[in-house]
Amino acid sequence: MAPFLLELELFGIRLCPWTWLAYTLAGLVHIALILNLVAVGALIFIWLERKISGRIQDRLGPTRVGGKFGWLQTLADGIKLLTKEDLMPEQADGFLFKIAPYVSFCASIGAFIAIPFAGGAYPWISQHLNAGVFFVLAVLGLEVFGVILAGYSSASKWSLFGAMREAAQVVSYEVPLGMCIVVPVLIAGSLDLVVIGDRQAGWFTNWLIFHDPFTFITFWVYFTCAIASVNRAPFDLAEAESELVAGFHTEYSGLRWSFFFMAEYGSMLSVSMLAAILFLGGWHGPIPVADLLGLQPENGFALGYLGQLLGATNVILKGTIGVCVMMWVRWTLPRLRIDQVMTTCLKYCTPIAAVMFLGATVWLFNWPGKNFFGLLDVPAAVYEISDGASGGEQIPSVVTPADRVAFEASTETKNKRENL
Amino acid sequence: MDAIYWPSFFFLLFGGLACAFAVAVLLSSNIVRMAFYLVLSLAATAGLMFLAGAEFVGAMQLMIYVGGTLVLLIFGVMLTSQERFVEMHTWAGDWVKGFLAGGALLFVLIYAAFSIPAWRGIERATVEAIPAQKSVTPIAMGLLGARTDAPDRSGYLLPFEIVSVHLLVVLVGAAYLARAKRSRESKIV
Repeated sequence: MAPFLLELELFGIRLCPWTWLAYTLAGLVHIALILNLVAVGALIFIWLERKISGRIQDRLGPTRVGGKFGWLQTLADGIKLLTKEDLMPEQADGFLFKIAPYVSFCASIGAFIAIPFAGGAYPWISQHLNAGVFFVLAVLGLEVFGVILAGYSSASKWSLFGAMREAAQVVSYEVPLGMCIVVPVLIAGSLDLVVIGDRQAGWFTNWLIFHDPFTFITFWVYFTCAIASVNRAPFDLAEAESELVAGFHTEYSGLRWSFFFMAEYGSMLSVSMLAAILFLGGWHGPIPVADLLGLQPENGFALGYLGQLLGATNVILKGTIGVCVMMWVRWTLPRLRIDQVMTTCLKYCTPIAAVMFLGATVWLFNWPGKNFFGLLDVPAAVYEISDGASGGEQIPSVVTPADRVAFEASTETKNKRENL
Repeated sequence: MDAIYWPSFFFLLFGGLACAFAVAVLLSSNIVRMAFYLVLSLAATAGLMFLAGAEFVGAMQLMIYVGGTLVLLIFGVMLTSQERFVEMHTWAGDWVKGFLAGGALLFVLIYAAFSIPAWRGIERATVEAIPAQKSVTPIAMGLLGARTDAPDRSGYLLPFEIVSVHLLVVLVGAAYLARAKRSRESKIV
């Protein structure tokens, strides 16, 4: 993205004469956008959570701050949190206690680096990683580290219990979560999130959740494990306010406490967006509005930009719906016990995910190039898109003379090495 | 500022961070802090991998080493360690022994790294001429027995299979060891 900044000219003067400045600016723009998405997203989600929980429990929720619907309630709470005293227990490990919220928050934001907001030939993504799914999964797993550090360093038995439960939960949900993610990767044939999203271009019939019966079930297993991975009820064992006071964040107050919550809402959005990209078409809506209106990059920059904007709105909207479902689940189901969590994840989700993985493999082997439970063909355009986006890694089918030369050269150096 | 070769700058940054946190592991006496510094050091190493364009290896490093340290910290250290191991104190003799062993290993590694001619004296122009390979497809093809870079397509299917079966055996063994034991004594009683 940065090279085009170098060529920008205004009245004959190059706007950015230094390469390093171009790269720094491009990086800062990405960081600012991601930070805003997580921070403002948390602001809205917390308000939404209060409203949804209120309605589910036959209450009104916040109504006063900011006029109608109490939509400024979170902002008011944020100001309150800013003015609170930053407490720390006397026995606490000060360094780890202070740094733990940032670890969680950084991991939560870091996942967005590799999550695309729109695809096509010019994807809207901070870092277009070839192993994007894997990176997101790895970084999201780090959020737990902050929770465990917080629990340990608080010097409180409630916090330590919360951290221990969290650790037990991690080892149980990560296996089925990874297995569920493998299924869309298998069907799209790539670890690249942009390729996986563009594999589902067109109508909702192309979504991977409707690819076959196995992916349909895989999606729900993924969503269950995703709820467990962001510590939301019914899997909020680490918090468990009815038994552990407030679990791992019992001793936290003020802004540090709120960092944990920004991290939680940020990772709720990122796992929901990941679900949207892997199973629910990503930036390709139920109805391909952008395609029907001709909002493609081929038809000019402005139209292409508009199409991408529509795609980004689409994927964020799908992520938000996922977050709302998580809230609905939280305020509907009671909390599981720790042994029930492990039973759910290890004894039910893991075998189901394994069988679904096998089933999807067999299905893909029997009906390749079919969508929507094997009823429709995969549109031909999909293959062109995925070839173009993956950088067109061509695997030569025959050995060319150049290959032979390269091979001989490499064996020569190998022989030299052995002689030495 | 364009005179600075930025890849070198970031290499030194990440390498320096990795080394600094590794030293911090040695210097701290609290075992949880040690694990924290170890995680940071391993994460900086992952940064080096990403810098080299090896995204898959970098993500793998984050997943296995950083995530693995977490599990190690919880189950290996916090649950099993006795009081005297939580705060570890090293004696002067330990330092001497550690420096001897570590220094010898470092010497061997540096000697090995610099004695291979193919690894030495690569010009910047040569490095920049190598096309950036960012796809993970060749890795997968190689593991399935068809390397894309070797003309005879010799891959690593057999090692891959051996490692997979080995891991499966380990998993089954772990599940067997960790299963809920029905004690025979209670049956007799």
